[in-house]
Amino acid sequence: MEDEVVLLDLWASPFAIRVKIALEEKGIKYECKQEDLFNKSHLLLEMNPIHKKIPVLIHNGKPISESLIIVQYIDQVWNHKSPLLPSDPYQRSQALFWADYIDKKIYGIGRRIWMGKEDQEEAKEELIQTFKTIERELGDKLYFGGESIGYVDVALVPFTSWFYTYETCANCGIEAACPKLIAWAKRCKENESVSKALTDPLEIYGYLLQLKKRLELQ
Amino acid sequence: MNINLDFNYKSIKPFIFICFHFGILALVFSLIVHRLSQTRKDALIGSLSLITIRLTVDARPTATLIEFSNMEEVKLIGMWLSPYSYRVIWALKLKGIAYEYIEEDLSNKSPLLLHSNPVQKKIPVLIHGGKPICESSVILEYIEEIWPQNSLLPSDPYERAIARFWIKFADDKSPSISNIYRTSGEEQEKAVKDSLEMLKTIEEHGLVGEKKFFGGDKISMVDMAFGAVAHWLGVIEDVAGLKIFEQHKFPRLNSWIQNFKEVPIIKENLPDRDKMLALLKRRREMLLASE
Repeated sequence: MEDEVVLLDLWASPFAIRVKIALEEKGIKYECKQEDLFNKSHLLLEMNPIHKKIPVLIHNGKPISESLIIVQYIDQVWNHKSPLLPSDPYQRSQALFWADYIDKKIYGIGRRIWMGKEDQEEAKEELIQTFKTIERELGDKLYFGGESIGYVDVALVPFTSWFYTYETCANCGIEAACPKLIAWAKRCKENESVSKALTDPLEIYGYLLQLKKRLELQ
Repeated sequence: MNINLDFNYKSIKPFIFICFHFGILALVFSLIVHRLSQTRKDALIGSLSLITIRLTVDARPTATLIEFSNMEEVKLIGMWLSPYSYRVIWALKLKGIAYEYIEEDLSNKSPLLLHSNPVQKKIPVLIHGGKPICESSVILEYIEEIWPQNSLLPSDPYERAIARFWIKFADDKSPSISNIYRTSGEEQEKAVKDSLEMLKTIEEHGLVGEKKFFGGDKISMVDMAFGAVAHWLGVIEDVAGLKIFEQHKFPRLNSWIQNFKEVPIIKENLPDRDKMLALLKRRREMLLASE
């Protein structure tokens, strides 16, 4: 029986992109359904009743929510190729730690930058410090996963499309502060799974400007 | 009757020679072992048993590495008041893992903590064979992998994803509970509202199906992740002078709390209620005074 894989998606979401990269890495065929966060489908409300958020992966009718949990699930079920998490338990724990760190920091701090309120300057400082910490962890490795992209790369790379927004909104100076991270981002795009899934930075900027307006109206 | 008692003395001579020297070696060895500390004796016996098993059982290389690594020293840097610290304590004790507990003074962080968790500077931190692991949920996954006995996560990938969903939910929402005693006015109202929403979600979605625990009949990592609801919430309600958890409104959650606190490892490893009450009251006074 063929696996039925459906992804409830939002094209701009860095969290959904994580899942798309993982699916591409494993060569999994899936159906992508676009959601409108201001007009959520019945399917989304049924599949993720608690958070009502995307991404949701529906595998043979069973829903899995939370992007990193979905990526771990994909890695476990389709373990025939491209392992994303290390097999060594200690290395695995470090990968889980860093992905969790990225999850806790980047989106929230970034939001304070593109919303452009009083805390924007403070957020800009925090963002640079966060990227510097992450860059130190990368060190001289090609990828966070070592020789090929892994769990932490998948967790972080979607946000690289948002660098243009952060620069335009607050002049963050990410490239000057974190050159290794910029080089890593370029290297990631050489992987087809990443280049296929990443969004265009200019389109993201346009999307976030629109989103900001809608949120301010609410 | 003619019984032939004529045994060949020459053929057993090498045998006697070997036994004699083996006896001397055994004597010397036991004298050395006798002088070792109890921990070292345990480790030695453990290593020897593992070597014996390894020589007789065919096993994969990774399994061997894990078998040997689970003999290494375990330390936990924790804090007596933290539910996150307790998650790790419960997991270690349920699996029967010996560890050294190090109480951390968060107002004066130790060089060990700062060295082991330079990024977050938080507890709990598990140090296994000198290598630190941070973030309680990450620590629990690591413990589960290294010491698979008394499993705390389902083996089925889908069930595992559901368990992880709830653990993340607990991680994301539990701070609302501590915010109840840390804030006043509008901020406190929001903390109360968020906490009630969390309880409602657990009641309506997490404990459906007359289950004893989140994962069924056995306690798991998910139950431990909600430890704050089971024990800390009650104390915080008293500190803030508010009633948030009404038993009749949350019957499933109420049953779960009773079941959870009756598990011997949990029952015997909870921070003292009166001590908690006194400290949190003092903290609340200080926080509100500084506003």
